[in-house]
Amino acid sequence: MTSSITTASKGSKILGLTSLVGFVVLVLLAFFVTDPDIRFHPETGEEFGQFDAVRLLYLHVPLIAVTYLAFVVCAIASAGYLVKRTFWWDSMAHAAGEVGTLTCALVLITGSIWGRPVWNTWWEWGDVRVMSTLILFLLFLGYLALRGAFVSPQRAARPAAIVALIAVLDIPLINRSVEWWENRTLHQKSTLSELKIEDLTLFTLMLGILVALLVMSWLILHRFRVAWLEHAEFEQGIKTAIEERRQIDNED
Amino acid sequence: MTHLGYLLAGWGLSSFIVLLYAFRLIKRGAQLSKRVPSEHARWISSPKQNSG
Repeated sequence: MTSSITTASKGSKILGLTSLVGFVVLVLLAFFVTDPDIRFHPETGEEFGQFDAVRLLYLHVPLIAVTYLAFVVCAIASAGYLVKRTFWWDSMAHAAGEVGTLTCALVLITGSIWGRPVWNTWWEWGDVRVMSTLILFLLFLGYLALRGAFVSPQRAARPAAIVALIAVLDIPLINRSVEWWENRTLHQKSTLSELKIEDLTLFTLMLGILVALLVMSWLILHRFRVAWLEHAEFEQGIKTAIEERRQIDNED
Repeated sequence: MTHLGYLLAGWGLSSFIVLLYAFRLIKRGAQLSKRVPSEHARWISSPKQNSG
């Protein structure tokens, strides 16, 4: 007896559809409705700013927000696993860790693409926020590699949970880096917390964060279901192997 | 529009990577669903010791 041929459910289909519609609205707002960032020098009257490159921030900033959230979920689920020792917590940690690593890679990619026209560089090795984000990405890449190094998911769960709990400590460092090492970064201080943006720009950024949250939730949900199926298949394989061995023993 | 190439690269690459990952998840889920009994396919219907 087999289940339906998909990991989707009615809820996940609604979530997926809402994410797609939200993404289309976001693209329309980001590309065609919001204004480019053009400012004028108070003395010379010369134009400066990010111009249309600012439209990349409606993607880059939401990706940062969901990356933090996914890794925090991974750490909470890892702590849950260390306390409860059940596969549910481990699967949730694995799903959130994998999705977080993907969005963290996209943060680095979109940041690099945005940096070229605005900072005139693809990559800045001396920037403390860029480097601490790269470290976060590498830590969780190591987390996933560690999980993949074990044949049995149960054996990987405990060391992976410990790595996740250590790796997540990098997030407050990234977030505060522009305050603590303000002379060693090209990044500006928090735009959102100081409310330097308003109206449509703020709305589009908030919508971007909401859409990114919906997409992340959909991805984690499906990755969790895949992890659950992988576990079920692994357990089934062990049971089948034991039964076959018993049959061979009985025949002997 | 200025910086159009950068905008298309950033938005396009990100969308493509997320869609590719989502497609792979759906495909892998469908493959595994065929091999796993339905009572074990979802955590909500699986034995209690695993449900968290």
